Amino acid sequence: MSAPAARRNRGSRSGATWIAYAVLLVLAAIYIYPFLVQLATSFKPDPEALANPLSLVPQVWTTAAYERLFLRSDFPVWFRNSVVVTLCVTAGRVFFCSLAGYALARLHFRGRGVVFAALVAVMSVPGVVLLIPRFLVVKQLGIYDTFAGMIIPLLADAAGVFIMKNYFESIPRSVEEAARIDGAGVFRTYWSVVLPMARPAIITIVILSFQGSWNELAHFIVSAESAELVTLTKGVAQLAAGQLGQGMQYPLKLAAAVIMTVPVAILFFVFQRRIMNSTTGAVKE
Amino acid sequence: MSAQPATLPRKATRGSGIRGREAQAGWLFVAPVILLLGLFLVLPVVMAAWVSLSDWTGRGSPFSSEVSFVGAKNYSELLLGGGLATQDFGTALRNNAWYVVLVVPTQTALSLFLAVMVNRKWLRGSGFYRTAFYFPSVTSSVAITVLFLFLFSATGVVNKVLQAMSVSGPNWFADPRGVVHVVLGWIGVDKGPAALTEHGVLGVSLWQWLAGPSIAMSVLVIMAVFTTSGTFMLLFLAALQHISDEVEEAAMVDGTTAWQRFRFVTLPMLRPTVFTVMTLGLIGTWQVFDQIYTGTQGSPGKTTVTPAYLSYTASFQSQQWGRGAAIAFILFAIIIVMTVIQRRVIRGRDQDAL
Repeated sequence: MSAPAARRNRGSRSGATWIAYAVLLVLAAIYIYPFLVQLATSFKPDPEALANPLSLVPQVWTTAAYERLFLRSDFPVWFRNSVVVTLCVTAGRVFFCSLAGYALARLHFRGRGVVFAALVAVMSVPGVVLLIPRFLVVKQLGIYDTFAGMIIPLLADAAGVFIMKNYFESIPRSVEEAARIDGAGVFRTYWSVVLPMARPAIITIVILSFQGSWNELAHFIVSAESAELVTLTKGVAQLAAGQLGQGMQYPLKLAAAVIMTVPVAILFFVFQRRIMNSTTGAVKE
Repeated sequence: MSAQPATLPRKATRGSGIRGREAQAGWLFVAPVILLLGLFLVLPVVMAAWVSLSDWTGRGSPFSSEVSFVGAKNYSELLLGGGLATQDFGTALRNNAWYVVLVVPTQTALSLFLAVMVNRKWLRGSGFYRTAFYFPSVTSSVAITVLFLFLFSATGVVNKVLQAMSVSGPNWFADPRGVVHVVLGWIGVDKGPAALTEHGVLGVSLWQWLAGPSIAMSVLVIMAVFTTSGTFMLLFLAALQHISDEVEEAAMVDGTTAWQRFRFVTLPMLRPTVFTVMTLGLIGTWQVFDQIYTGTQGSPGKTTVTPAYLSYTASFQSQQWGRGAAIAFILFAIIIVMTVIQRRVIRGRDQDAL
């Protein structure tokens, strides 16, 4: 009964294998091709981008789009602002999330359960609902249209606290108890004993907050208005929206999108292993 | 929850000594996060609740004496007024509902399919495929929207490909026609029956509710599936790796086909992940904002306006802050209700299965 079935399986295996590979290749092409087109078009002159959008090799190579972005536009300012905000938010989140995560995982204090429950509740508030409310608070606090208003509201992240808490709970208690017995204070124990051991979780937080704040758009729309504080997402979004009427300028827009993608792409390829396994790694053991 | 009691026996040194210092440190450590979340998450919601009940126009403080309490006026104008505000809100709900209905099942099915495909043990180069499918998920929604504006422009990549197959593609982002209406038009139905055109909900006729997503909105649907399937694929992959090979092999020995093994062995074991993916999808798809702000600004013919975008324009462009805040709260309610309903439905089905 089972023998013929197994033979049938083996017989159809080669055919099924070919089909599977074909399907995967077609799908991969669909997923990758748009990005290749994006890169190629950013090096084409405007007329060629319109006339010949499919080709991956420009007939006429030009870096005009990039020159214009970097030499004759506010693009460098946008880039700088995105870098400043992303670095501050990432550093802040690693510090605050790990501090709170450590306290919730290890320190005994009255009200810990309440704090934990409050964090769970807070996590369920959808971000878009906060769009207008955040503007109201930022304005009331007098930090509207400043870097502070763009950065501080993004510094705390309930999900990050959870990731850190879960990781700290997996570190054996004996390690820090030894440090405590040696007379290290709570902060010393956290900073120089436990934190260095939590590197995988910290990398996860770095990836999440770098990607999150680099790609953030809505908060920057509502927290600042002056031209010096435009970030890449906001600048490129307005470039895409505003100038649609006067000529398409696709190479320019796509070049801006390419540059915007590069930092996250680098992060992605550097930490690829970790990103691909992060969902697994959290559960496995 | 792992808030287990202290493993060390508690001595009578409560409130002082090591335990006392620890309690102090504990509060000190969580203080920044509590302060930040309270200030930029809880307080904003409270303030917006007040604004949604007021007639604040954006000038001065919303708590100044010139701002007055108007009760549920902003809400009733949106839901019962029948004027332009109701009509815009109804249109936004219609647009977003179609978006949700199309994106959530498609992204769930596609990401599950991708995960099953790349999870095969004999597959070579599975890392390459995973990277390819996941990459769109890491790039920003703004960059992806800019790319899609190009791909789906009148003479863009997609239309050139269609042209090669001798199909003339539409002018995607400028086409307000609803997809269902277009299909009905092919079989000669251009006008809805009076029963549908004369009755309406939220200022939008039933015929318009059933119009389907506009061609422009359909592009945003494709884009959403393209950018989210990779993330959800990773979730499914993680779950698939927990299904032991023995279960699969046992089923194989019983002489089942690959499809039967998937349908009756793998899929039931993936049910919790399917639930997670659909919940995350539901929450995400009701919040479409970036793509609209970057790509279409609600055009053509208001068919890509979403509640999130409408809330933004009502506040920041029309200075109707009360209305904008009210839209945000209704959206919040919709998301909660939808999640609860979905949980009920899936739980109910689970009980049937047992």
